[in-house]
Amino acid sequence: MIEIKNLQKSFDGIKVLSAISATFERGKTSLVIGESGSGKTVLLKCLLGLHNYDLGEIKFDGINYKNISDKEKMGLKSKIGTVFQGSALFDSMNIEENVMLPLKMFNNYSNDEMLDRVNQVLKRVNLENTNKKMPSEASGGMQKRVAIARAIVNNPKFLFCDEPNSGLDPNTAIIIDNLIKEITDEYKIVTIINSHDMNSVMEIGEKIIFLKEGNKEWEGSKHTIFKTDNESVTNFVYSSNLYKKVREMYIKNS
Amino acid sequence: MIFFHNIGLYFTMLKKMFDKPTKWSVMRQLIIKDTEDTVVNSLGIISFVSFFIGGVITIQMALNMTGSLYPKYLIGFATREIIILEFAPTIISIIMAGKVGSFITSSIGSMRVTEQIDALEVMGVNSINYLVFPKVIAMLLYPFLISVAMFLGMLGGMAACIYGGYSTVDNFITGIQTEFIPFHMTYAFIKTFVFGLIIATVPSFHGYYMKGGALEVGKASTTSFIWTCVCIIILNYILTQILLG
Ligand SMILES: Nc1ncnc2c1ncn2[C@@H]1O[C@H](COP(=O)(O)OP(=O)(O)O)[C@@H](O)[C@H]1O
Ligand SMILES: [Mg+2]
Repeated sequence: MIEIKNLQKSFDGIKVLSAISATFERGKTSLVIGESGSGKTVLLKCLLGLHNYDLGEIKFDGINYKNISDKEKMGLKSKIGTVFQGSALFDSMNIEENVMLPLKMFNNYSNDEMLDRVNQVLKRVNLENTNKKMPSEASGGMQKRVAIARAIVNNPKFLFCDEPNSGLDPNTAIIIDNLIKEITDEYKIVTIINSHDMNSVMEIGEKIIFLKEGNKEWEGSKHTIFKTDNESVTNFVYSSNLYKKVREMYIKNS
Repeated sequence: MIFFHNIGLYFTMLKKMFDKPTKWSVMRQLIIKDTEDTVVNSLGIISFVSFFIGGVITIQMALNMTGSLYPKYLIGFATREIIILEFAPTIISIIMAGKVGSFITSSIGSMRVTEQIDALEVMGVNSINYLVFPKVIAMLLYPFLISVAMFLGMLGGMAACIYGGYSTVDNFITGIQTEFIPFHMTYAFIKTFVFGLIIATVPSFHGYYMKGGALEVGKASTTSFIWTCVCIIILNYILTQILLG
């Protein structure tokens, strides 16, 4: 479980996150949604320890990582998998080397053991026999899957994905979403996904947190998001005509 | 203010480079790759430039020493002094600041922009050690590159001398050997060593701490080239004053 309490972050005096509190449970895909610029990435990077936050508390399974030794920090890092927005694959390494790097960094396995594990996760994301391809030779959807494979190669207990399906066609986007959901169920991971995509919300939004200008405006799930009368949420959700129609039908039926 | 902040940040970066070293099995590959990218891949252009500039230096020396007042061997002598003292260590370093420096800034900068540096950090890697340290180690081979530049510069000078008929081979070689002061080599290699460290670290700094997107990567490369040159020129003056003054 990840608990965030009263988290605040500003850059050069400009507040980007104000007093965010939330909990994210194990085995569930939790979504953080909001317009671009609402602070999703900054929140994620605070969780990852890439940004120092000004105030508040973050606990991973009850442990506040600000107060632990470097060795324990390494231990925590080895349990976190991250999929960055643009995949962030290393350009100079092929797919196999990309997926292998976290294994190398956190363990002392032999080369064969590492290769086995790499092939195992590449198979899990349906990317067999692409080991020697360079990231630049892979399509956007493939790159995302490699990034997911790299994130789960160390059997993480926490998985963070920053807009994992941005820039993908709707079909591929849903495949990626479902892959993350399956992995979350399978390995009982605490998964937090940043998204601004309504399809993701409807597919995998077991828990949803809505951010607006750095404030947590609303919290719910894919089951409650259509019922809410919070104006910011409805403006975000029903920004497209398709979802306006969906809502009309939804109201008619119920 | 920002200027002093950046100087502080630069030295902090140098210190962090030695914190929490990357596993040797990974670091070894990085060093090999960076040596290839920086030193080995510069051999061609450095050889080409040195040979022809060496030739030009000789021709200009010869044209300025017409008349019977000067012994012919002075052409070789002057060529040697110019190449060892200034051309090879300093001018080649400026060229390297353009070639290698902008490569370093843009490669690290694009890793920053595409969150690859963040990806390293979450894998428990000290990204400064991972990215900058192997470049510094690679540039320890830089004096080798400068030796090649010195040799080819003088060879180019000799070739131009013979081809243009300015003096005989014997005269030129006598000139090259005249009044050789070994300390001048020491001076040249101390400069080379310092410039090598500058070429590895200043561009790394500009790439690592850049903000923004692809456009800013290009801007950072330009800024990095300017600052690398400024550092080289100023240190060149200071070192010359200290060592030869
Ligand atoms: N490193 C930074 N320095 C200054 N401001 C930043 C930085 N990173 C993000 N911001 C600002 O924080 C706000 C939230 O950004 P972000 O979390 O990236 O939004 P998104 O929800 O699209 O991921 C934006 O206004 C952005 O300009
Ligand atoms: Mg974002």
